Parts: sequence; C-alpha cells; structure tokens
Amino acid sequence: MSKKNILLVLMLLVAFLSPVAAGASEGDTPEGKINPKEIIFEHLGDGYGWEVPFNHHYRIPLPVILIGKDGFHCFLSSRVEHGKTYVDGDASFRIAGKDSPYKGKVVQVMPDGAEYRPWDISITKNVCALFIAALLILWSVGAVARWHRRHGYQAPRKMVGALEALIEFIYNGVIKPTLGDRSHKFAPFLLTVFFLILYLNLLGLIVVFPGGANVTGNIAVTLVLAVFTFLATNIFGTKHYWKEIFWPDVPMWLKFPIPIMPLIELFGIFTKPAALTVRLFANMLGGHMIVIVLTLLIFIFAAMGPAVTGGASVVSVIFSVFMLLIDVLVSFIQAYVFTMLSTLFISFGQERGHDHAPAHDHEHNTQPHVQVIKK
Amino acid sequence: MELFTPDFGLVFWMFVSVAILLLILYKWGWPMIIKGIDSRADFINSGVEYAQNAKEQLEHAREESDKYLAEARRQQAQMLREADKMKNQIIDDARSAAQKEAQKVMEAAKLAIEQERKEAQLQFRNEVSTFALDIAAKVVRNQLQDKNAQSRLVGTLLDEMETQN
Repeated sequence: MSKKNILLVLMLLVAFLSPVAAGASEGDTPEGKINPKEIIFEHLGDGYGWEVPFNHHYRIPLPVILIGKDGFHCFLSSRVEHGKTYVDGDASFRIAGKDSPYKGKVVQVMPDGAEYRPWDISITKNVCALFIAALLILWSVGAVARWHRRHGYQAPRKMVGALEALIEFIYNGVIKPTLGDRSHKFAPFLLTVFFLILYLNLLGLIVVFPGGANVTGNIAVTLVLAVFTFLATNIFGTKHYWKEIFWPDVPMWLKFPIPIMPLIELFGIFTKPAALTVRLFANMLGGHMIVIVLTLLIFIFAAMGPAVTGGASVVSVIFSVFMLLIDVLVSFIQAYVFTMLSTLFISFGQERGHDHAPAHDHEHNTQPHVQVIKK
Repeated sequence: MELFTPDFGLVFWMFVSVAILLLILYKWGWPMIIKGIDSRADFINSGVEYAQNAKEQLEHAREESDKYLAEARRQQAQMLREADKMKNQIIDDARSAAQKEAQKVMEAAKLAIEQERKEAQLQFRNEVSTFALDIAAKVVRNQLQDKNAQSRLVGTLLDEMETQN
C-alpha cells in the first residue's frame, strides 16, 4: 500500500516538475509552436544562469568571468540575459544570437559591430554543479575520514556506513584485485573519480536547483577525467609497459622495418582515454535526452486536442518515471564502469613483465605472512 | 554541433576542481580511510582468529580435564580396591598374630600349669612322705618298745641293705 503511495507521489512530482523544467527553457517560437530540438539541446547544454521551477523568465544569476582583448571582466549573468548588452568600460558584451557562430555564448561586441569570443571561464551552470559535487565529495569523504580518526575500529552506521560500503565496494572489488600492491598509489585518484561521477550523475537527475545540470553528459568533463586517467597511466608507466608498446612480442616482420604493431599500440594509448570520454558522455547524454523527449511528448501532442494530450501525458509520465529510475541505476553503473576501465588502463601501465611476480601473486604471498606476524 | 566540442571554460574549471580535489583528498582523505578500512579488516580477522583459537583451546582444555578426571576416578577406584585388600590383609594378619599369641599364651599357661602340677605333686609327695615317715616313726616307736623287736628290725634292715647292695 505504502509502495503504491510513494509511486503516486513520485508520479505527481514528476508530472508537476518535468513540464516546468521543460517549459523553463523558452523553446516557444514566435508562432507559439514549440521547437523540441531547441529545448532538448538547451537542456543538455550549459547555461550562464540556472533555471528555477515555476518561472520561465528568472534564472539564478551566476558570475560570468571573461578575459577579453582589453583584459579581465567579471559580472553577473543577469546583466546579459534576454538579449541585454552589458557595458564594462569600453567593452560591451552580449549573448550571441541564433545566427551567430558563437550561438548562446557571451561575446564581446567590437566597435565595428563584429563579435569576438573572449576566453570564457565563467561559473556556468555546469561549473556550479561541479563545485557543488566537489563540495559534497569533500564533505562525505571528510565524514568517513573523521569517523576513522575518531572511532577507530567501530563499525560506522547510517550515512558514513553507506559511504564506506561504496568505498569498500570500489576499493576491494575493483582497485585491489586489479592493481594489487600498487593500489595505495592510485586508489585515491580512482575513488575520487568514482565519487565525482556518481555525485554528478545523481545530481543531474534532480530536476530542481542543486541538480539538473547535465555535467557528466558534457564532453569537456568526461574529456578532463579521461585525460587524468591517461596521465596516470603514462606518467607512472613502467619500462615493461613502454617496451610492450614500442617493441612488443610479435614476429619481427610486424615491427621491423615497417612498425605496424608499434603504430597500433601507440594509437591504442590515445584510443583508450577517447573511449572513456565518449562512453560516459554518450551514456549520460542519452539518459537525459530520453527523459526530456518523453516529457516533451506531452507538448508535442498538445496540438491534437485534450483527449490525446491527456493520454500522452499519462503515458509519458509513466515512461519518464521509469527512465529516471533506470537512470539512477545507470548513474551508478556508469561511475562504476568508468572507474573500472580507468583501473584497468592504469594497471596496463603497471605491468612488470614475467620475470617479476604479478601483482595478484604478490598479494597472495604477503597474505599469510601478515597473519603470521599478527599471531 | 556544440555538444561535441568541449567548452574551454568548463575544461578549465574541471581541471582546476579535480586537481584541487585530488590534492586535498590525497593528503587528508582517502589514505586515512583506506588505512582505516584495512586495519579494521585486519583487526576483525585477528579477533576472529583469536576467538577461534580460544574456543579450540577451551575445547582442548575440556577434553584434557575430562581425561584427567577419568584418570583420577580410575586411580581412586584402584586405591579403594587396594585399601580394601590391605584392610583384609591387615585383619588376616592381626587375626593370625592373635591366634599365634593366644597359642603362645595357652602354651605358656599349659607349661605353667604343668609346672604347678609337678610342684604340687612334688610337694604332695613330700608331704605324703613326711606324713608316712611320721606315721612310720610313730608306728616304729610303738613297735620298738622292746629290745627284741628293735634288734629284729635292725637285722631285717641290714638284710635288706645287703640284698640291695
């Protein structure tokens, strides 16, 4: 019974909030017809302000930081909203129109009317969401670390216990079996990446303020994460790893005189992070897109009369609730997969060849030894 | 497609925030948690191991004590049996010693009685002989009032002595 009630409340909530969120983006064309493509892409993309529910006009203003031709400029995004032009000294800024190559971005308007795109390090919606997620990570990791400092061997409960279960799931389930005795070196990075992606994914599913930003579905974010994995793999790569790339164990004609295998391996160094980038980006983008499209179905069918609209509303609400619930699962799975693949790529860089004991064997060897000491 | 071109600002901030996050968490966050989790796991392992050992030892001790108890019972029974045997033997010994003693006493008594009897006999004989002599003397005195009789007697006695020698 209570389960049904929860479902009902959830459905009502989505029914109220989703259209608001969708409508917040002013996709209306002058003719009064909505343009689904524009709405979808505006939602998936970044923005200088942050939408609020139940108001299509107002956005939470966020700082715009620009390094233009004449130096540094900083102002609130509300100054350039709705086509306004902000004048700061000699420079004037506005958001570029639909026919500009810099569509939707803040541009500097030159005296001759030309648009110049300055270096833009604004705290946009995505950046703000990123900061919120980072603070959440600091807070939650701090809570667990504090528990370990203060309570020692006691079992944590509630939030700290849940977080620790997650940490242990990743650390003992993914990092330790793959990296073995090197896990201490890379575990902090991998755990940070896992929690960052997980928090950003989950925040993205919340429709209102602290969430709703499609951060992990943005290629810039996934690119940076993959670059970090790339650096961790290659900077700490062993001699054996580089030998496997430039002089692999293949028949001689495959590597000399035409270095076919080395070329392929070298190419592989870059395809791995590229795969990481695109995987996470495409998965999260797809999840967000499906939910928005399902919600937009209501407005697309609105032209066909009340009966069709009502039917479409019920169907699309059920489907979007279903998709959102699946996205909760996907959020976790994507964070897990990204961490797992990063661990795997880093472990490739940690290969020590056959003359050295592999990481797993080493761990097994030390296990009884440790126990002997304990006794 | 703007979706597929990374935005510089976001890349910049992402880089900065991940770098700061990593710096902070490498220094104060994760190592502490990992160490805590590992040491707690070790602690729990060693605790369980200790408990198992203790249980094993307890069982062992119980077995040992049972063994000792059985041994003690066995010894007790044996001791009881031995004591019983000893008791019987002592009683037997005492009995035989007593018998011997009694025999001895009886023999001594017999001997004493015999001696007494002999002494009594001797005394009696002496007395009887004394009486007889007295009587004889009296008779003789009566008979030897005349000289004839006296010489006759002396003669008889001398004859007797002669025949005896």
